[in-house]
Amino acid sequence: METSKPSLPIVENFSRRAAVKGGFATLGAAAFVAAVSPLRQAAKNTTAAEFMQQHYTELSPEQKTDVIARLEAEAKEKHGVDVKISDDRPIPGTKFVYAINLSVCNGNGKCVEACHKENNHDRATNQSYIRVIEMPKGTMDMEQGSTTYTGAVPKDDKFYLPVQCQQCDEPPCVDVCPVKATWKEEDGIVVVDYNWCIGCRYCEAACPYHARRFNWKAPEIPAEEINPNQGYLSNRVRPVGVVEKCTYCLHRTRKGKLPACLEACPTGARVFGNILDKDSNIRWILENKRVYILKEELGTKPAFFYYFD
Amino acid sequence: MSNTATKQNHISSYPKFIGRSLWLATEGSFGFYAWMTMLTAIFLVGANAWANQVAGGMVGTNMTDQVSWGLYIANFTFMVGLAAGGVMMVIPAYLYHDRKMHDVVIIGELLAVAAIVMCLMFVVADLGRPDRFWHLIPGIGKFNFPISMLTWDVIVLNGYLVLNLHICGYLLYMRFLGHRPNPVWYVPFVMISIVWAISIHTVTAFLYCGLGGRPFWNTALLAPRFLASAFVSGPAFIIVSMIMIKRLTGVTGLEQPIATLTKIIRVTILINLLMVASELFTEFYTGGSHASAAKYLFFGLHGKTALVPWTWTAIGLNVTAALLFLWSGILSERWRPLLIAACAMAFVGTWIEKGMGLIIPGFIPSTLHEIVEYVPSQLEWKVTVGIWAFGLMVFTIAIKTALPTLKQPSH
Repeated sequence: METSKPSLPIVENFSRRAAVKGGFATLGAAAFVAAVSPLRQAAKNTTAAEFMQQHYTELSPEQKTDVIARLEAEAKEKHGVDVKISDDRPIPGTKFVYAINLSVCNGNGKCVEACHKENNHDRATNQSYIRVIEMPKGTMDMEQGSTTYTGAVPKDDKFYLPVQCQQCDEPPCVDVCPVKATWKEEDGIVVVDYNWCIGCRYCEAACPYHARRFNWKAPEIPAEEINPNQGYLSNRVRPVGVVEKCTYCLHRTRKGKLPACLEACPTGARVFGNILDKDSNIRWILENKRVYILKEELGTKPAFFYYFD
Repeated sequence: MSNTATKQNHISSYPKFIGRSLWLATEGSFGFYAWMTMLTAIFLVGANAWANQVAGGMVGTNMTDQVSWGLYIANFTFMVGLAAGGVMMVIPAYLYHDRKMHDVVIIGELLAVAAIVMCLMFVVADLGRPDRFWHLIPGIGKFNFPISMLTWDVIVLNGYLVLNLHICGYLLYMRFLGHRPNPVWYVPFVMISIVWAISIHTVTAFLYCGLGGRPFWNTALLAPRFLASAFVSGPAFIIVSMIMIKRLTGVTGLEQPIATLTKIIRVTILINLLMVASELFTEFYTGGSHASAAKYLFFGLHGKTALVPWTWTAIGLNVTAALLFLWSGILSERWRPLLIAACAMAFVGTWIEKGMGLIIPGFIPSTLHEIVEYVPSQLEWKVTVGIWAFGLMVFTIAIKTALPTLKQPSH
């Protein structure tokens, strides 16, 4: 059958055509290299050490020290700031839980602002892990609420529903991540390894609480506004192209401090604590108050509660 | 070249086969070179746009934290369908022993290859950190299998690519050697590929329908709907391709396969419409906030109507195409332009239905019921069109490589 095929053209013609084809192939390849040349800029921003870095849970203590030293040096180089990146681990016997008193919250938005500053969010986009929904009294249907309310608060016919990561015990975001870049730690906090996330944003699609944010561009913060007390798994300045989320300020709470949003709240609506501690305030509230769980029917089992007086 | 020599030594004959295929694939008329040059130019524009996206961050797209997937994932979903759609040639050829279909079935398999290549490109285009792609590779990365449906998708898509590359590669190589293909080396793989084709689109639907927080996607009908629309778009593309192949290359024996595929679309397009209707009934009759995305999609919500023109265009195209396919005259060669038009309408209709009509409204309203609209940016269109151009190049070259086989069918 081979012989029945049209035989190849005569030799001179063949070599000429081969040369022409080779020429065009070279031209095409050169054009391709030119077209993707902006990649060189991107490659400059990623060091070999960063590229090869292993998953957080697989780093040895020495490797962690090296990584943190590298990140601190990068912060100095990029932002001109001396930052201290800590690697806070969960405190044994701790399970952090948050609660908000909806009878008290008045929608002033101080928590949103505090989160923005504490967690080194991009300034221009005014990013924050918290969104407050202004809801008409008489409904719990978020469709009737607004996240873009303005004017003096509180309004008489409204109540306010702040929403942030619920640190679910059955987190859909963790299930869907194809590379295990996000996981739940022993104290209940769901974290992201910003140096492992591939930026597919499947977790953003999976989260029922709009808790996750993506770094559409590299965050920009003036040097003097950067919070230098940073955590590897929390508020260090994130790289471009990865997902981030509320970590209950683990760089504070794992050191015995309170989350920034709670400290900033002027109404006392926010309560935070260790639910395993029988004498804790949060334990008393969850046992004695009328408690509401956001989208409880989805079975995500939040570690975040809303209550009423 | 004697058969006995090549039989003994694949190490030397296989590179010859590749070289010859490459040579054949780059031989052609002026029109062919113009077509390939145009595709190359478009692809380069897309490659440049993507490189800019990687360098500058995905802020160049119009996606947001509310609508976190856009045109790329929409096209990805559609292309998975196109890849699976090729199986509508494989089933008649291998399960119903349709001889005529069997002679040209490689067109469907090559389409699957090109479509899967495009799928992988769309996924990479959507990644915020394509440099960390290796994290997804089982063994060296950290593969969240079996919990993450995305890891299932990685497996089934790459598996389907390998299966089809093997089947096509084996058949073409045997043809090159002048041997009769040994069924043992490809028929079992063809049988697997039939089941596998169903799996790629089922798993892709599971990516979305498994998310409890997204009521618009959270329906058991999603996977069957995906399959039905895939069995519209795939055959529609193949019919038009076969009409082109017939005109441009003089391959014969395509009439009967075209008729078979037309009859298949006649059924699948109605099943698809039935499922859309069933979905809409459930949404609108029940009402409530579960139906907000559907309300937004079809009628707009709180004055926001960006997707309304898209979805009504899709409905119009799909219904018109369905009516044309039902008309018996569509099978006659006299009405070829009408068949092409019907295929084009069905193709574009399902493209909208699965993309702007399914992926995007899954995010609108957001999980906190914010309405943030999405219109793809120019950069996203450039990357998307670039990937389409590349896919068409792959398909064109693949078909050219297979032309000798297509021209001398049957034993």
